Amino acid sequence: MSMKELGVVGRNVGQRDLESHARGQTTYYEDVHYPRMLHLKMHRSAEPHANIVRVDTSAAEASPGVVCVLTHEDLPGKKVWNGLAAVGVGPEDEPILAFDKVRWRGEPIVAVIGESAEAARAGAAKVEVEYDPLPGVFDVEEAMSGEAPALTAHWPNNHYIYPDDHAAAQIRFGDVEQGFAEADHIVEDKYQTSPIEQAPMETNGCIAKPGGDGRITVHTNTQAVHFARDNTAAILGLAPGKLRFLGGTVGGGFGGKVDVAVEPISVLAAMRTGRPVKFKYTREEEMQVSSTRSAWRLFIKDGVMNDGRIVARKITSYQDSGAYLRFSSYGSMKHAGHMPGPYTIPNVWVDARVVFTNRPPSSAMRGFGVMAASFAIELQMDKVAKTIGMDPWQLRLLNAYRNGDMRAHRKVNEDAAMVETIQAAARLAGHDLPADYQAMTSWDRKAS
Amino acid sequence: MEDKLIRLTVNGRDEAVIIQPLATLQDVLRDTLELTAVKSGCGQGGCGSCSVLVDGELRLSCLTLAERAEGAEVTTLEGLNATNAIVPLQQAFVENYAAQCGYCTAGMVMAAKALLDRNPAPSRDEIVEGLSGNLCRCTGFAPIVRAVQQAAQALSDTGEEAS
Amino acid sequence: MAKVRGTGFAAVNYPTGMHLGGDPTQSLIHMTPAGDFVVTMASVDLGQGLRTVLAQIAAETLGVPYESIVVETADTDTGPHCTGTFASRTTHRAGNAVVMAAQEARKAMLEVAGELLEASPEDLETDGDGNIHIKGVAERSVSVGEVAGAAHFGYGKTIAGRGAYLKPPSPMDPETGECDPDSTQAHACTIVEVEVDTETGMVEVLDMKSVYEVGQQVNPDLVKGQIVGGSWMGIGHALYETTAPGYPAIDPAPVDFQNYLQPGASEMPEVTCEVLEYPAESGPYGGKGVGEMVTNGPIPAIVNAINNALDVRITQIPVTPEVILRALDEKRAQAGG
Repeated sequence: MSMKELGVVGRNVGQRDLESHARGQTTYYEDVHYPRMLHLKMHRSAEPHANIVRVDTSAAEASPGVVCVLTHEDLPGKKVWNGLAAVGVGPEDEPILAFDKVRWRGEPIVAVIGESAEAARAGAAKVEVEYDPLPGVFDVEEAMSGEAPALTAHWPNNHYIYPDDHAAAQIRFGDVEQGFAEADHIVEDKYQTSPIEQAPMETNGCIAKPGGDGRITVHTNTQAVHFARDNTAAILGLAPGKLRFLGGTVGGGFGGKVDVAVEPISVLAAMRTGRPVKFKYTREEEMQVSSTRSAWRLFIKDGVMNDGRIVARKITSYQDSGAYLRFSSYGSMKHAGHMPGPYTIPNVWVDARVVFTNRPPSSAMRGFGVMAASFAIELQMDKVAKTIGMDPWQLRLLNAYRNGDMRAHRKVNEDAAMVETIQAAARLAGHDLPADYQAMTSWDRKAS
Repeated sequence: MEDKLIRLTVNGRDEAVIIQPLATLQDVLRDTLELTAVKSGCGQGGCGSCSVLVDGELRLSCLTLAERAEGAEVTTLEGLNATNAIVPLQQAFVENYAAQCGYCTAGMVMAAKALLDRNPAPSRDEIVEGLSGNLCRCTGFAPIVRAVQQAAQALSDTGEEAS
Repeated sequence: MAKVRGTGFAAVNYPTGMHLGGDPTQSLIHMTPAGDFVVTMASVDLGQGLRTVLAQIAAETLGVPYESIVVETADTDTGPHCTGTFASRTTHRAGNAVVMAAQEARKAMLEVAGELLEASPEDLETDGDGNIHIKGVAERSVSVGEVAGAAHFGYGKTIAGRGAYLKPPSPMDPETGECDPDSTQAHACTIVEVEVDTETGMVEVLDMKSVYEVGQQVNPDLVKGQIVGGSWMGIGHALYETTAPGYPAIDPAPVDFQNYLQPGASEMPEVTCEVLEYPAESGPYGGKGVGEMVTNGPIPAIVNAINNALDVRITQIPVTPEVILRALDEKRAQAGG
């Protein structure tokens, strides 16, 4: 595309808030001070899977400095929710505060609001919950084996159901079985990633401040202020106009601050007490309660010709969603849509499943669904190269997608520059490419 | 245990504050004195975002009992800008993009100041060691190390103090 | 020999914007009586420099100095809707919304300037330094500040603009997966050299080189900041990080930075990067998203390098010393058997 000469776009003009950072003058959500501010701490499930027999909050209520205790009975609107319900994703499966059952260790049950963080913490520790433990399931394949306990009635076999009763986010392009039949080599492997914490330096948190006009201002470090406001209003059954969500600079996000984890209960506490309420995750909560990057298990099977052309790729992926859905169905759709990576393969088959386990719910992190795909594909490419005895650079260049190619999701490729990027990297690495590989371009497959 | 009055000097100003039993220096600095450059990234002594100088020594204010700071001279990041002029160490952070979200920056600058105060010409390894108690999730540390190197160079060029 | 070296690389692509689109961002821009501009957004700056980048884009489109742009963010009372800061979407989505708002504001500005200069707005151009003049006649000029004063106090006009960028939602066929998932694709290729201690299982990343293709860069220093920070995070993901070291077991469960391991400054190698620019048709001035893809190349490149060094086949992350030693044991057992 022709571009008129640019002025300030493309120039290094510094970064606007760096001096403020260096002077310590940047205001984060918790750098506002309100008199008589209360603090909220959560009593959380000690069991990964159990029926709740009894919840006794009397000792917590009597604890010094405790102002208010909230259970599911105090929720004025929804008892269960999903953040994407407004755009038609469902069912709403996650309790705001657990009532009949807990499905992961750390699930919130009772909110305790105190005059100080210490008073709230001490009060929360005095909540008594009697559990009837249930067998748990922690492995994605075991969860779907048919022998595992079902986490909820929504998904009898512990996996998400996509529209039209599909068990997976699917790609069906060409005929992989025919591709395997014609291939000179079959290359298969299994890949596994781990749950990873976004670990922003600033943990999730907010301060809900009631105003004289009946509105509540929420100072929050969410990555999405409208999304957090509208979900909070929906959960509590409030008119959205009652809420003003105010962010600023966030102390790191990486996908870890999109869950609307702290705002609804803080707003409810502020409404009940008429006072500002702060709910800040401890580092312990950030590590084990806040949702992680999902762990993924992938099985990849490739059909490859002697000359290096990959003619079929079949991928089965399991995204470990933990106990609830959150944004996992989106993540698996993005994962499936990304396949088979930056390569043109005529036959592609993908099943990407969201699987529920008794683990902390997982969610987005930097490269949602794609990081695990890239990890597995690029390890697979090395295995293919080794199997057929081909230079791994040439293997990638030969198969790299070109502009005008139809991708597995049937969109015709545009803005591709994978070939040029690999060629430049080979130069940077001092890896010699044969002349015909140097002559390849993303705009002309015939050049190869 | 009862609330207690303690006196200390913070950024050159004499302060008298009432503290609760087991209050940390971080509580006093952030909540009582509203010196919000002092961050609280973990409360476990694991991230360094709350770092301050106590009588010139680098301390994690989240693990320091306020009581132990009685009579001490405490410096937070705000204390570096007594005249409102940005100091060379801070300028080096700006020029080297040594911050993104900025949450670790106050602790990082204080750790760097503590290092340069005792060793004005540190090697790269000494800088890495001097910052080893401070985490950053955004920058990959390389720009921070470069900033401290540049600050050290600027100091040796001008003979000025770090901050 | 206890220490062995290996190299590995990985090629990755990354989609810009939320999968399947349907993720709007809006922007409002208005001129103040003094002639500067306020860009109002609900987008959230996570430290990546969103406010800087949007100010650059606004200045470019308006044709006024970068310094005259204020960017306000993250307030649901004042900021028009933004879906949020994720999915490598803000430069593209918010950037496009700012371009649209700035075009409308620029049109209003040139209309007032045209009245002052007794010329048609189409015949006017901005010099980027705060002046508007008749094309080819630099001396027939008026300052942006004069235009602002005239608009506010002479004509009673607003100089303002609205922008709304939406990639319309694409359905995904549940059977075939047919869809239009993204606005554009960015690309990267990362090469690493590692040294593995075969006795301790410890891995050192000695060197990391990357080439990125991210469309037109709006601010190259900030792009580099993402690449370097992501290279470090990639090392963390590849070698150290997990909230469940016994996955799928839920214990042990690290709750602090002593047990949730990340690389420190001493584990960070020299990172070299080169950036190619193939402007995207749909991007603001051709920009693509870079914020997320920066961990995706380093992770497989590191694991490929470890496999290359040891001649083993490790297919999981994190590649802890235990994983390395187990892989070496298996290799020995196979060689022996």
